Amino acid sequence: MNPYHRRVAPTWWLSQRTYFLFIVRELTSVFIAAYLMLFLLLLYQLSVGREAYEAYLRFLATPGMLVFHVLALTAALFHTLTWFNLLPNIMVVRYGENRVPAIIVAGVNYAAWMAVSIFIAWIVFSR
Amino acid sequence: MTKSNEALWWLLFGAGGTVAAFLAPLQILLTGIVAPAGWVREAFEYNRVLALVSHPVTRLYLFVLISLPLFHWAHRFRFTLIDLGLKGGQRAMAIACYGSAIIGAILTAVVLLRL
Amino acid sequence: MSEPTMTLEVLRYHPEQDQAPHFQTYEVVYREDWVVLDALCYIKDQMDGTLSYRWSCRMGVCGSCGMMINGVPKLSCATFLKDYYPAPVRVEPLANFPIERDLVIVLDDFMHKLTSVKPWIIREADKPLSEGEYSQTPAELARYKQFTLCINCMLCYAACPVYALDTHFLGPAAIALAQRYNLDSRDQGRQQRKGVIASHEAIWDCTYVGECTTVCPANVDPAGAIQQAKLASSLDWVKGVLMPWGGR
Repeated sequence: MNPYHRRVAPTWWLSQRTYFLFIVRELTSVFIAAYLMLFLLLLYQLSVGREAYEAYLRFLATPGMLVFHVLALTAALFHTLTWFNLLPNIMVVRYGENRVPAIIVAGVNYAAWMAVSIFIAWIVFSR
Repeated sequence: MTKSNEALWWLLFGAGGTVAAFLAPLQILLTGIVAPAGWVREAFEYNRVLALVSHPVTRLYLFVLISLPLFHWAHRFRFTLIDLGLKGGQRAMAIACYGSAIIGAILTAVVLLRL
Repeated sequence: MSEPTMTLEVLRYHPEQDQAPHFQTYEVVYREDWVVLDALCYIKDQMDGTLSYRWSCRMGVCGSCGMMINGVPKLSCATFLKDYYPAPVRVEPLANFPIERDLVIVLDDFMHKLTSVKPWIIREADKPLSEGEYSQTPAELARYKQFTLCINCMLCYAACPVYALDTHFLGPAAIALAQRYNLDSRDQGRQQRKGVIASHEAIWDCTYVGECTTVCPANVDPAGAIQQAKLASSLDWVKGVLMPWGGR
Protein backbone atom coordinates (compact mmCIF):
# COMPACT_ATOMS: atom_id res chain seq x y z
CA MET A 1 0.00 0.00 0.00
CA ASN A 2 1.48 3.31 -1.08
CA PRO A 3 -1.25 5.91 -0.67
CA TYR A 4 -0.64 9.34 -2.17
CA HIS A 5 -1.27 12.34 0.10
CA ARG A 6 -2.29 15.49 -1.75
CA ARG A 7 -1.16 18.83 -0.27
CA VAL A 8 -3.63 21.59 0.52
CA ALA A 9 -2.55 24.95 -0.90
CA PRO A 10 -2.61 27.82 1.64
CA THR A 11 -4.51 29.71 -1.06
CA TRP A 12 -7.40 27.22 -0.94
CA TRP A 13 -9.78 30.06 -0.13
CA LEU A 14 -9.06 31.76 -3.45
CA SER A 15 -10.05 28.71 -5.48
CA GLN A 16 -13.80 29.11 -5.09
CA ARG A 17 -16.22 32.01 -4.64
CA THR A 18 -17.94 30.51 -1.60
CA TYR A 19 -14.62 29.96 0.18
CA PHE A 20 -13.55 33.53 -0.58
CA LEU A 21 -16.83 35.00 0.72
CA PHE A 22 -16.42 32.89 3.86
CA ILE A 23 -13.03 34.48 4.60
CA VAL A 24 -14.47 37.93 3.86
CA ARG A 25 -17.29 37.18 6.29
CA GLU A 26 -14.83 36.19 9.01
CA LEU A 27 -12.70 39.28 8.45
CA THR A 28 -15.67 41.62 8.96
CA SER A 29 -15.03 41.08 12.66
CA VAL A 30 -11.66 42.82 12.26
CA PHE A 31 -13.29 45.93 10.80
CA ILE A 32 -15.93 45.99 13.51
CA ALA A 33 -13.34 45.62 16.28
CA ALA A 34 -11.15 48.34 14.72
CA TYR A 35 -14.15 50.67 14.52
CA LEU A 36 -15.04 50.01 18.15
CA MET A 37 -11.52 50.97 19.22
CA LEU A 38 -11.78 54.23 17.27
CA PHE A 39 -15.18 54.78 18.91
CA LEU A 40 -13.70 54.11 22.34
CA LEU A 41 -11.10 56.77 21.58
CA LEU A 42 -13.93 59.18 20.78
CA LEU A 43 -15.48 58.45 24.17
CA TYR A 44 -12.10 59.00 25.80
CA GLN A 45 -11.71 62.39 24.07
CA LEU A 46 -15.16 63.26 25.40
CA SER A 47 -13.88 62.73 28.95
CA VAL A 48 -10.81 64.88 28.24
CA GLY A 49 -12.75 67.94 27.14
CA ARG A 50 -14.41 69.91 24.33
CA GLU A 51 -11.15 70.77 22.51
CA ALA A 52 -10.03 67.15 22.42
CA TYR A 53 -13.44 65.91 21.29
CA GLU A 54 -13.76 68.42 18.45
CA ALA A 55 -10.17 67.81 17.34
CA TYR A 56 -10.89 64.08 17.18
CA LEU A 57 -14.02 64.70 15.11
CA ARG A 58 -11.88 66.69 12.67
CA PHE A 59 -9.47 63.73 12.55
CA LEU A 60 -12.40 61.40 11.77
CA ALA A 61 -13.34 63.71 8.91
CA THR A 62 -10.01 63.17 7.13
CA PRO A 63 -10.30 61.20 3.85
CA GLY A 64 -8.46 58.15 5.22
CA MET A 65 -10.78 57.85 8.22
CA LEU A 66 -13.91 58.37 6.14
CA VAL A 67 -12.80 55.66 3.70
CA PHE A 68 -12.14 53.33 6.62
CA HIS A 69 -15.59 53.95 8.07
CA VAL A 70 -17.31 53.34 4.74
CA LEU A 71 -15.45 50.02 4.52
CA ALA A 72 -16.33 49.27 8.14
CA LEU A 73 -19.99 50.04 7.48
CA THR A 74 -19.97 47.70 4.47
CA ALA A 75 -18.31 45.03 6.61
CA ALA A 76 -20.84 45.50 9.41
CA LEU A 77 -23.75 45.21 6.99
CA PHE A 78 -22.27 42.05 5.49
CA HIS A 79 -21.89 40.67 9.00
CA THR A 80 -25.50 41.50 9.88
CA LEU A 81 -26.83 39.90 6.69
CA THR A 82 -24.83 36.70 7.01
CA TRP A 83 -25.53 36.48 10.75
CA PHE A 84 -29.33 36.74 10.43
CA ASN A 85 -29.41 34.45 7.39
CA LEU A 86 -27.52 31.68 9.20
CA LEU A 87 -29.33 32.03 12.52
CA PRO A 88 -32.35 29.83 11.56
CA ASN A 89 -29.98 26.88 11.06
CA ILE A 90 -28.52 27.22 14.54
CA MET A 91 -31.69 27.97 16.48
CA VAL A 92 -34.32 25.74 15.00
CA VAL A 93 -37.79 26.84 16.05
CA ARG A 94 -40.34 24.06 15.98
CA TYR A 95 -44.06 23.80 16.54
CA GLY A 96 -45.11 20.16 16.75
CA GLU A 97 -43.80 18.31 13.72
CA ASN A 98 -43.16 21.47 11.79
CA ARG A 99 -40.33 23.91 11.59
CA VAL A 100 -40.83 27.66 11.46
CA PRO A 101 -39.59 28.64 7.98
CA ALA A 102 -36.09 30.12 7.97
CA ILE A 103 -37.31 33.27 6.25
CA ILE A 104 -39.61 34.05 9.17
CA VAL A 105 -36.93 33.50 11.82
CA ALA A 106 -34.55 35.69 9.83
CA GLY A 107 -37.30 38.19 9.08
CA VAL A 108 -38.07 38.67 12.78
CA ASN A 109 -34.42 39.51 13.37
CA TYR A 110 -34.31 41.96 10.46
CA ALA A 111 -37.45 43.68 11.79
CA ALA A 112 -35.98 43.89 15.28
CA TRP A 113 -32.77 45.29 13.81
CA MET A 114 -34.73 48.03 12.03
CA ALA A 115 -36.69 48.83 15.19
CA VAL A 116 -33.58 49.03 17.38
CA SER A 117 -31.75 51.19 14.85
CA ILE A 118 -34.65 53.61 14.53
CA PHE A 119 -34.94 53.82 18.32
CA ILE A 120 -31.26 54.63 18.78
CA ALA A 121 -31.28 57.15 15.96
CA TRP A 122 -34.27 58.80 17.60
CA ILE A 123 -32.42 59.04 20.91
CA VAL A 124 -29.38 60.57 19.23
CA PHE A 125 -31.22 63.04 17.02
CA SER A 126 -34.33 64.08 18.97
CA ARG A 127 -34.37 67.58 20.43
CA MET B 1 -13.04 13.06 28.50
CA THR B 2 -11.54 16.47 27.83
CA LYS B 3 -13.52 19.12 29.67
CA SER B 4 -13.27 21.89 27.16
CA ASN B 5 -13.98 25.52 27.99
CA GLU B 6 -14.40 26.36 24.32
CA ALA B 7 -18.10 26.76 25.04
CA LEU B 8 -17.42 29.96 26.99
CA TRP B 9 -15.58 31.59 24.10
CA TRP B 10 -18.19 30.40 21.62
CA LEU B 11 -21.03 31.84 23.73
CA LEU B 12 -19.16 35.17 23.94
CA PHE B 13 -18.59 34.96 20.18
CA GLY B 14 -22.31 34.45 19.67
CA ALA B 15 -23.32 37.23 22.05
CA GLY B 16 -20.80 39.63 20.52
CA GLY B 17 -21.86 38.73 17.01
CA THR B 18 -25.48 39.38 17.87
CA VAL B 19 -24.68 42.74 19.47
CA ALA B 20 -22.59 43.70 16.45
CA ALA B 21 -25.26 42.54 14.01
CA PHE B 22 -27.92 44.70 15.63
CA LEU B 23 -25.93 47.77 16.65
CA ALA B 24 -22.75 48.12 14.60
CA PRO B 25 -24.14 49.37 11.27
CA LEU B 26 -26.03 52.34 12.75
CA GLN B 27 -23.19 53.15 15.17
CA ILE B 28 -20.63 53.25 12.38
CA LEU B 29 -22.94 55.44 10.32
CA LEU B 30 -23.44 57.83 13.23
CA THR B 31 -19.95 58.31 14.64
CA GLY B 32 -17.91 57.38 11.58
CA ILE B 33 -19.76 59.26 8.87
CA VAL B 34 -22.62 61.51 10.05
CA ALA B 35 -20.82 63.15 12.98
CA PRO B 36 -17.44 63.86 11.29
CA ALA B 37 -19.17 65.00 8.09
CA GLY B 38 -21.10 67.54 10.17
CA TRP B 39 -24.50 66.70 8.74
CA VAL B 40 -26.40 67.13 12.03
CA ARG B 41 -24.10 69.36 14.03
CA GLU B 42 -26.53 70.03 16.89
CA ALA B 43 -26.89 66.34 17.71
CA PHE B 44 -23.14 65.89 18.14
CA GLU B 45 -22.45 69.10 20.05
CA TYR B 46 -20.05 68.41 22.91
CA ASN B 47 -22.27 69.08 25.93
CA ARG B 48 -25.19 67.20 24.42
CA VAL B 49 -23.13 64.09 23.67
CA LEU B 50 -21.44 64.21 27.07
CA ALA B 51 -24.81 64.37 28.81
CA LEU B 52 -26.14 61.50 26.69
CA VAL B 53 -23.25 59.12 27.30
CA SER B 54 -22.92 59.97 30.99
CA HIS B 55 -26.31 58.47 31.75
CA PRO B 56 -25.86 55.09 33.54
CA VAL B 57 -28.07 53.24 31.05
CA THR B 58 -26.06 54.65 28.15
CA ARG B 59 -22.81 53.65 29.83
CA LEU B 60 -24.09 50.10 30.18
CA TYR B 61 -25.24 50.09 26.56
CA LEU B 62 -21.84 51.37 25.44
CA PHE B 63 -19.99 48.78 27.52
CA VAL B 64 -22.00 45.96 25.94
CA LEU B 65 -21.69 47.52 22.48
CA ILE B 66 -17.90 47.71 22.64
CA SER B 67 -16.73 44.79 24.77
CA LEU B 68 -18.89 41.90 23.50
CA PRO B 69 -17.99 42.33 19.82
CA LEU B 70 -14.34 42.39 20.91
CA PHE B 71 -14.78 38.82 22.12
CA HIS B 72 -16.61 38.06 18.89
CA TRP B 73 -13.56 39.33 16.98
CA ALA B 74 -11.12 37.43 19.21
CA HIS B 75 -12.79 34.05 18.67
CA ARG B 76 -13.43 34.57 14.97
CA PHE B 77 -9.95 35.93 14.26
CA ARG B 78 -8.25 33.12 16.15
CA PHE B 79 -10.01 30.51 14.00
CA THR B 80 -9.58 32.48 10.77
CA LEU B 81 -5.81 32.39 11.31
CA ILE B 82 -6.04 28.62 11.61
CA ASP B 83 -8.19 28.46 8.46
CA LEU B 84 -5.57 30.57 6.69
CA GLY B 85 -2.88 28.05 7.57
CA LEU B 86 -1.62 28.78 11.08
CA LYS B 87 -0.31 25.50 12.43
CA GLY B 88 2.13 26.11 15.27
CA GLY B 89 1.52 28.55 18.13
CA GLN B 90 -2.24 28.06 18.09
CA ARG B 91 -2.45 28.12 21.86
CA ALA B 92 -0.35 31.28 22.09
CA MET B 93 -2.53 32.92 19.44
CA ALA B 94 -5.67 32.01 21.37
CA ILE B 95 -4.26 33.58 24.53
CA ALA B 96 -3.24 36.69 22.57
CA CYS B 97 -6.69 37.06 21.03
CA TYR B 98 -8.80 36.51 24.14
CA GLY B 99 -6.27 38.47 26.18
CA SER B 100 -6.63 41.44 23.85
CA ALA B 101 -10.40 41.27 24.16
CA ILE B 102 -10.17 41.18 27.95
CA ILE B 103 -7.82 44.17 27.95
CA GLY B 104 -10.16 45.96 25.55
CA ALA B 105 -13.12 45.32 27.82
CA ILE B 106 -11.21 46.62 30.84
CA LEU B 107 -10.13 49.76 28.95
CA THR B 108 -13.75 50.30 27.91
CA ALA B 109 -14.91 50.06 31.49
CA VAL B 110 -12.22 52.52 32.62
CA VAL B 111 -13.11 55.08 29.93
CA LEU B 112 -16.84 54.76 30.61
CA LEU B 113 -16.39 55.16 34.34
CA ARG B 114 -14.32 58.30 33.86
CA LEU B 115 -16.99 60.01 31.75
CA MET C 1 -23.13 8.66 -38.55
CA SER C 2 -20.41 9.01 -35.91
CA GLU C 3 -21.49 9.74 -32.37
CA PRO C 4 -20.38 12.97 -30.69
CA THR C 5 -17.55 12.58 -28.19
CA MET C 6 -16.49 14.29 -25.03
CA THR C 7 -13.15 14.64 -23.27
CA LEU C 8 -12.60 13.25 -19.80
CA GLU C 9 -9.38 14.06 -17.95
CA VAL C 10 -9.05 11.42 -15.27
CA LEU C 11 -6.47 11.33 -12.51
CA ARG C 12 -4.53 8.07 -12.55
CA TYR C 13 -2.31 6.64 -9.85
CA HIS C 14 -0.78 3.18 -9.69
CA PRO C 15 0.93 2.79 -6.33
CA GLU C 16 3.18 -0.02 -7.60
CA GLN C 17 4.84 2.09 -10.24
CA ASP C 18 3.89 5.77 -9.90
CA GLN C 19 5.63 8.32 -7.70
CA ALA C 20 2.79 10.79 -8.16
CA PRO C 21 -0.63 10.91 -9.82
CA HIS C 22 -1.02 12.18 -13.39
CA PHE C 23 -3.92 12.97 -15.70
CA GLN C 24 -4.93 10.74 -18.56
CA THR C 25 -7.23 11.98 -21.29
CA TYR C 26 -10.02 9.88 -22.80
CA GLU C 27 -12.37 10.70 -25.67
CA VAL C 28 -15.61 9.04 -24.62
CA VAL C 29 -18.85 8.71 -26.49
CA TYR C 30 -21.24 11.48 -25.50
CA ARG C 31 -24.84 10.53 -24.80
CA GLU C 32 -27.23 13.15 -23.56
CA ASP C 33 -28.64 11.04 -20.75
CA TRP C 34 -25.28 9.83 -19.47
CA VAL C 35 -23.74 10.67 -16.15
CA VAL C 36 -20.02 10.77 -15.36
CA LEU C 37 -20.30 7.24 -13.97
CA ASP C 38 -21.55 6.01 -17.35
CA ALA C 39 -18.53 7.61 -18.99
CA LEU C 40 -16.16 5.96 -16.48
CA CYS C 41 -17.80 2.57 -17.09
CA TYR C 42 -17.48 3.14 -20.84
CA ILE C 43 -13.75 3.81 -20.37
CA LYS C 44 -13.29 0.70 -18.27
CA ASP C 45 -15.33 -1.55 -20.57
CA GLN C 46 -14.17 -0.26 -23.95
CA MET C 47 -10.97 1.70 -23.61
CA ASP C 48 -8.88 1.08 -20.51
CA GLY C 49 -9.64 -1.81 -18.19
CA THR C 50 -7.02 -0.66 -15.66
CA LEU C 51 -9.13 2.27 -14.44
CA SER C 52 -10.28 1.78 -10.82
CA TYR C 53 -13.21 3.56 -9.19
CA ARG C 54 -15.95 2.85 -6.66
CA TRP C 55 -19.65 2.66 -7.51
CA SER C 56 -22.67 0.59 -6.69
CA CYS C 57 -26.32 1.64 -6.83
CA ARG C 58 -25.84 4.22 -9.63
CA MET C 59 -28.85 6.11 -8.29
CA GLY C 60 -27.60 8.35 -5.50
CA VAL C 61 -28.40 6.29 -2.41
CA CYS C 62 -25.34 4.18 -1.64
CA GLY C 63 -22.76 6.95 -1.33
CA SER C 64 -19.99 4.95 -3.07
CA CYS C 65 -19.20 7.07 -6.13
CA GLY C 66 -18.12 10.39 -4.64
CA MET C 67 -15.39 12.14 -6.63
CA MET C 68 -14.14 15.61 -7.59
CA ILE C 69 -15.71 16.69 -10.86
CA ASN C 70 -14.17 19.93 -12.13
CA GLY C 71 -12.94 20.51 -8.60
CA VAL C 72 -16.35 20.10 -6.93
CA PRO C 73 -17.25 17.06 -4.79
CA LYS C 74 -20.12 15.24 -6.48
CA LEU C 75 -21.63 11.79 -6.88
CA SER C 76 -20.52 10.62 -10.30
CA CYS C 77 -23.87 8.85 -10.76
CA ALA C 78 -25.71 12.12 -10.24
CA THR C 79 -23.57 14.37 -12.43
CA PHE C 80 -24.80 14.70 -16.00
CA LEU C 81 -22.35 15.01 -18.88
CA LYS C 82 -24.72 17.37 -20.65
CA ASP C 83 -24.13 20.00 -17.97
CA TYR C 84 -20.50 20.22 -19.09
CA TYR C 85 -20.58 19.25 -22.78
CA PRO C 86 -18.74 20.16 -24.93
CA ALA C 87 -16.12 21.35 -22.44
CA PRO C 88 -13.80 18.69 -20.99
CA VAL C 89 -14.56 17.21 -17.59
CA ARG C 90 -11.82 16.73 -15.03
CA VAL C 91 -12.36 13.75 -12.73
CA GLU C 92 -10.26 13.32 -9.59
CA PRO C 93 -10.54 11.27 -6.43
CA LEU C 94 -12.41 12.81 -3.50
CA ALA C 95 -10.33 15.60 -1.95
CA ASN C 96 -8.77 15.49 1.51
CA PHE C 97 -8.37 11.71 1.50
CA PRO C 98 -5.22 9.80 0.54
CA ILE C 99 -5.38 8.23 -2.90
CA GLU C 100 -5.17 4.47 -2.89
CA ARG C 101 -5.40 3.87 -6.63
CA ASP C 102 -6.80 6.00 -9.47
CA LEU C 103 -10.13 7.34 -8.22
CA VAL C 104 -10.22 5.13 -5.14
CA ILE C 105 -9.48 6.86 -1.82
CA VAL C 106 -8.42 5.47 1.54
CA LEU C 107 -11.46 5.97 3.74
CA ASP C 108 -10.18 4.38 6.95
CA ASP C 109 -10.17 7.75 8.74
CA PHE C 110 -13.83 8.30 8.00
CA MET C 111 -14.78 4.78 9.09
CA HIS C 112 -12.92 5.24 12.33
CA LYS C 113 -14.60 8.58 12.98
CA LEU C 114 -18.04 7.21 12.25
CA THR C 115 -17.58 4.45 14.81
CA SER C 116 -16.17 6.83 17.40
CA VAL C 117 -19.47 8.71 17.78
CA LYS C 118 -21.31 5.49 18.70
CA PRO C 119 -23.96 5.73 15.98
CA TRP C 120 -26.55 3.47 17.59
CA ILE C 121 -29.32 3.78 20.17
CA ILE C 122 -27.71 3.74 23.60
CA ARG C 123 -29.97 2.84 26.51
CA GLU C 124 -29.22 2.78 30.22
CA ALA C 125 -31.25 -0.41 30.36
CA ASP C 126 -32.90 -2.10 27.42
CA LYS C 127 -36.65 -2.49 27.62
CA PRO C 128 -37.53 -6.19 27.66
CA LEU C 129 -39.30 -7.41 24.53
CA SER C 130 -42.40 -8.24 26.52
CA GLU C 131 -42.93 -4.52 27.22
CA GLY C 132 -43.34 -3.81 23.52
CA GLU C 133 -41.86 -1.20 21.20
CA TYR C 134 -40.40 2.21 21.93
CA SER C 135 -43.02 4.82 21.03
CA GLN C 136 -42.16 8.03 19.27
CA THR C 137 -44.45 10.87 18.25
CA PRO C 138 -44.17 12.51 14.81
CA ALA C 139 -42.84 15.63 16.55
CA GLU C 140 -40.09 13.59 18.25
CA LEU C 141 -39.19 12.03 14.90
CA ALA C 142 -39.09 15.43 13.21
CA ARG C 143 -36.37 16.60 15.61
CA TYR C 144 -33.73 14.30 14.15
CA LYS C 145 -35.13 12.95 10.88
CA GLN C 146 -33.12 15.22 8.60
CA PHE C 147 -29.87 13.90 10.07
CA THR C 148 -30.85 10.30 9.32
CA LEU C 149 -30.63 10.92 5.59
CA CYS C 150 -26.82 10.72 5.43
CA ILE C 151 -25.55 8.21 2.88
CA ASN C 152 -21.93 8.37 4.10
CA CYS C 153 -20.70 9.60 0.75
CA MET C 154 -17.99 11.83 2.30
CA LEU C 155 -18.58 14.73 -0.12
CA CYS C 156 -18.82 16.94 2.98
CA TYR C 157 -15.30 15.95 4.06
CA ALA C 158 -14.02 16.79 0.59
CA ALA C 159 -15.66 20.22 0.77
CA CYS C 160 -14.55 21.11 4.29
CA PRO C 161 -11.47 23.37 4.51
CA VAL C 162 -11.04 22.62 8.21
CA TYR C 163 -10.72 18.90 7.46
CA ALA C 164 -8.46 19.71 4.51
CA LEU C 165 -6.08 21.57 6.82
CA ASP C 166 -6.27 19.13 9.72
CA THR C 167 -7.55 15.57 9.36
CA HIS C 168 -7.94 15.33 13.13
CA PHE C 169 -11.21 17.22 12.69
CA LEU C 170 -14.10 14.82 13.40
CA GLY C 171 -15.93 16.18 10.38
CA PRO C 172 -19.47 17.00 9.23
CA ALA C 173 -21.00 13.56 8.66
CA ALA C 174 -19.77 12.06 11.93
CA ILE C 175 -20.98 15.02 13.99
CA ALA C 176 -24.33 15.12 12.16
CA LEU C 177 -24.73 11.42 12.86
CA ALA C 178 -23.99 11.97 16.55
CA GLN C 179 -26.65 14.70 16.58
CA ARG C 180 -29.05 12.25 14.94
CA TYR C 181 -28.74 9.96 17.92
CA ASN C 182 -28.50 12.68 20.55
CA LEU C 183 -31.81 14.11 19.34
CA ASP C 184 -33.53 10.73 19.11
CA SER C 185 -35.99 10.42 22.01
CA ARG C 186 -35.19 6.71 22.34
CA ASP C 187 -31.48 7.40 22.90
CA GLN C 188 -29.91 7.99 26.30
CA GLY C 189 -26.28 8.17 25.22
CA ARG C 190 -25.57 11.88 25.01
CA GLN C 191 -23.14 11.83 27.92
CA GLN C 192 -21.24 8.94 26.37
CA ARG C 193 -20.81 10.83 23.11
CA LYS C 194 -19.83 14.06 24.85
CA GLY C 195 -16.15 13.26 25.12
CA VAL C 196 -15.84 12.79 21.38
CA ILE C 197 -18.24 15.52 20.27
CA ALA C 198 -17.52 18.36 22.67
CA SER C 199 -13.76 18.12 22.25
CA HIS C 200 -11.26 20.43 20.60
CA GLU C 201 -11.09 18.24 17.53
CA ALA C 202 -14.80 18.01 17.04
CA ILE C 203 -17.49 20.68 17.09
CA TRP C 204 -15.17 23.46 18.28
CA ASP C 205 -12.92 23.15 15.23
CA CYS C 206 -15.77 23.97 12.88
CA THR C 207 -15.86 27.56 11.62
CA TYR C 208 -19.22 27.26 9.83
CA VAL C 209 -17.93 27.59 6.31
CA GLY C 210 -21.11 25.78 5.33
CA GLU C 211 -19.71 24.15 2.21
CA CYS C 212 -20.51 20.70 3.59
CA THR C 213 -24.22 21.51 3.52
CA THR C 214 -23.93 22.93 0.01
CA VAL C 215 -22.42 19.76 -1.46
CA CYS C 216 -24.51 17.24 0.49
CA PRO C 217 -26.58 15.19 -2.00
CA ALA C 218 -29.05 14.09 0.68
CA ASN C 219 -29.99 17.47 2.24
CA VAL C 220 -28.69 16.52 5.65
CA ASP C 221 -27.42 20.03 6.47
CA PRO C 222 -24.42 18.82 8.50
CA ALA C 223 -23.34 22.42 9.10
CA GLY C 224 -26.64 23.08 10.85
CA ALA C 225 -26.19 19.90 12.88
CA ILE C 226 -22.76 21.02 14.06
CA GLN C 227 -23.94 24.50 15.07
CA GLN C 228 -26.88 22.98 16.94
CA ALA C 229 -24.42 20.66 18.67
CA LYS C 230 -22.33 23.69 19.66
CA LEU C 231 -25.39 25.35 21.17
CA ALA C 232 -26.42 22.20 23.02
CA SER C 233 -22.89 21.68 24.29
CA SER C 234 -22.66 25.32 25.42
CA LEU C 235 -25.89 25.05 27.38
CA ASP C 236 -24.52 21.85 28.94
CA TRP C 237 -21.37 23.72 29.88
CA VAL C 238 -23.35 26.59 31.44
CA LYS C 239 -25.37 24.08 33.46
CA GLY C 240 -22.13 22.41 34.52
CA VAL C 241 -20.72 25.72 35.73
CA LEU C 242 -23.85 26.94 37.47
CA MET C 243 -24.79 23.59 38.99
CA PRO C 244 -21.58 21.56 39.34
CA TRP C 245 -23.20 19.12 41.70
CA GLY C 246 -25.59 17.85 38.99
CA GLY C 247 -24.72 14.21 38.34
CA ARG C 248 -25.87 13.58 34.80
